[in-house]
Amino acid sequence: MIVEKLARWIDERLGTAHFVRHALQKAFPDHWSFMLGEINLYAFVILVATGTFLALFFDPNTTKTIYHGPYAVLDGAKMSHAYATTLDLSFVVNGGLLVRQIHHWAALIFLAGIIVHMARIFLTGAFRKPREINWVIGVTLLGIAMFEGFCGYSLPDDLLSGTGLRIAVSIALSIPVIGTWASFLLLGGDFPSEQMIPRLFVTHIFILPAVIAALIGIHLAIVWRQKHSQFPGPRRSEDNVVGSPMFPTYAVKSMALFAMIAFVVCALGATTQINPIWLWGPYDPWKAPAPAQPDWYIGWLEGALRIAPPWAWHPFGHTIPSPFWPAVLLPGLVFAFLLLWPWIEQIITRDTRSHQLLDRPREVPWRTALGAALLTFALSLTAAGSDDVQARYLHVSIVDLVHFYQAFTIGGPLLAFIIAYAVACELRGRGGVRKAPRVRLRRNARGGFEEESVP
Amino acid sequence: MKRRELAIAFALFLTVAGSGSFIAAYATSESTLYEGIGLGCAALGLCLAALGWAFWILPERQVVDEIVTYPSPPSEQLAQESAIELGIEEISRPRLLLAVLGAALASFGAALIVPIRSLGPKIGDTLFHTAWRKGSVLVRDDGRPVRVTDLEVDSAILVFPQNAIEDAMSQTMLVRVTDSEAPDTNGYVAYSRVCTHAGCPVALYRAAARQLMCPCHQSVFNVIGDGAVVSGPADHALPRLPIAVGDDGVLHALGDFPEPVGPGFWEENRQA
Repeated sequence: MIVEKLARWIDERLGTAHFVRHALQKAFPDHWSFMLGEINLYAFVILVATGTFLALFFDPNTTKTIYHGPYAVLDGAKMSHAYATTLDLSFVVNGGLLVRQIHHWAALIFLAGIIVHMARIFLTGAFRKPREINWVIGVTLLGIAMFEGFCGYSLPDDLLSGTGLRIAVSIALSIPVIGTWASFLLLGGDFPSEQMIPRLFVTHIFILPAVIAALIGIHLAIVWRQKHSQFPGPRRSEDNVVGSPMFPTYAVKSMALFAMIAFVVCALGATTQINPIWLWGPYDPWKAPAPAQPDWYIGWLEGALRIAPPWAWHPFGHTIPSPFWPAVLLPGLVFAFLLLWPWIEQIITRDTRSHQLLDRPREVPWRTALGAALLTFALSLTAAGSDDVQARYLHVSIVDLVHFYQAFTIGGPLLAFIIAYAVACELRGRGGVRKAPRVRLRRNARGGFEEESVP
Repeated sequence: MKRRELAIAFALFLTVAGSGSFIAAYATSESTLYEGIGLGCAALGLCLAALGWAFWILPERQVVDEIVTYPSPPSEQLAQESAIELGIEEISRPRLLLAVLGAALASFGAALIVPIRSLGPKIGDTLFHTAWRKGSVLVRDDGRPVRVTDLEVDSAILVFPQNAIEDAMSQTMLVRVTDSEAPDTNGYVAYSRVCTHAGCPVALYRAAARQLMCPCHQSVFNVIGDGAVVSGPADHALPRLPIAVGDDGVLHALGDFPEPVGPGFWEENRQA
């Protein structure tokens, strides 16, 4: 067979036979929640493929042009080349709109997948020794993916994303001491600058994807080296891993997952319109879309900006303006907390052993409750990010809604903590994998067997 | 074929049909819907086939991997430590040279970082001034000057200084209130249109309440009373543009905004 011949050809040059044989038989434990990370891997592959296509047609140029294209509504409108080429991608390039929409949907799924994957890791204690490095890489990937998504979202230079970019620059300006000159260096001047979109383009299509690809590579190499963690079960111990062999079973299942994600993004891209930039119009700094919400994963920062108190601090004749607290300090603290979590938990539990067996979330109620509190906190902020829309449909005053979200962002996590703690404690007593009592059989004098329990 | 194999074959046929219809849709029309559905069906067929293969065809087999790769035995760990120690010892024998090396590397690092400077200009006075000058005529975005008779009470329009139309930081909201509310300027007041919270245009005028509202984060500023914050996350008032009505009835500025416009920043209190 050709494959075996190829394997032998390579082995004669690299001596890979031993490695390949063991790699093919590598055990991957079967549990649906272990596929969550793979979703992100395949979403990233789709993002790179569709993004490459888009980059071939997109022109990150902020000089203005007059539009004369098939979208008659904007005929004669003044717009940047960036916006005009995004219109062309949507209306002229065959398949362009499909690829644009697939790219955007895949990005949303990428971010969602990372967060759900991270929740699984957190709730089952998979971040504990020896997997702290991969936890840190994963949290870093989440931060970079948010930034990467925001950069890509900002590229078309439409009214919605331009407004978001204006807010982002204001946030950068709010950083004490270095904010002003850092934002001037990043933008090449004051907002809006001509350098803005080209630099975002380089960041979005080269710098950050390279970093993400490298981190994913390290992430997977570490999983490979450490072997996958597993839930307790028959034959499973702290020193082994039991599961399907990588080849063929696991590989085929994984390919099924890849195809499933490809199906989902194709179906969404075909049927469900996303970011119709031709409806927002080109960005002009004196226009504002209302209501305006960012992509979902930035919603928590948008919400934090809306409900934060108007506190400016003036230390020694300088200013720390109010956006600093909700949009710089808060995410900084959240990410610092997440990055340090494995060590914080080590201090709390004084458990520095290596763990191969995972906790079921109900077995560690306080950690599960903490996870629920964190999620509630983020969800409350995200919901606050669309308070203007809610105020309109619920016919309540926006000021009242802001007060509600201020209270709920603090009280909601406490409530979630208590509820999750109680539920986990209640569930802990039942269900799940029952550990059979350990017994030893002993032959007695009459030739029969007696059970004797082993502690 | 068995029924299960038939089902997998059917799924793979879906892939063939999907791919074919994608190519057909691509070749004949430019319908995003048909193209996407074709591609999606192709992927769905592969997905179903792979699932069938994994759960129906492949034998259910569990393998056990023992974890033996880490940590290394203590002897290896000790050997590693002594190898590192030896290397560092050998490198750092000439102590004085080591300090010189440190200085050399630091200067090389500094030299590599310095070109970052060319990424952007100095802050200078950029954030402290707009294009408004004494005598700048208030014009609409199409360049027409605003005359004192132009606006009805309760209306508000976007204006720029005559020589800087479409300048982002100079955009200004000109509001017409009653003559008694702004007696010196024939009922006209003008505020910076750049929100002092996060820089969005403060584009909404709530005439009845005499309030300007930012659509981004719902900061509300009053129009009578120097643009102070009424509610929302903004932490300081909208700068007010000093204006006057000329003898010819055209509105003009008496100077730039008295303070920096837009969101706050570290050096904003510096006298520029």
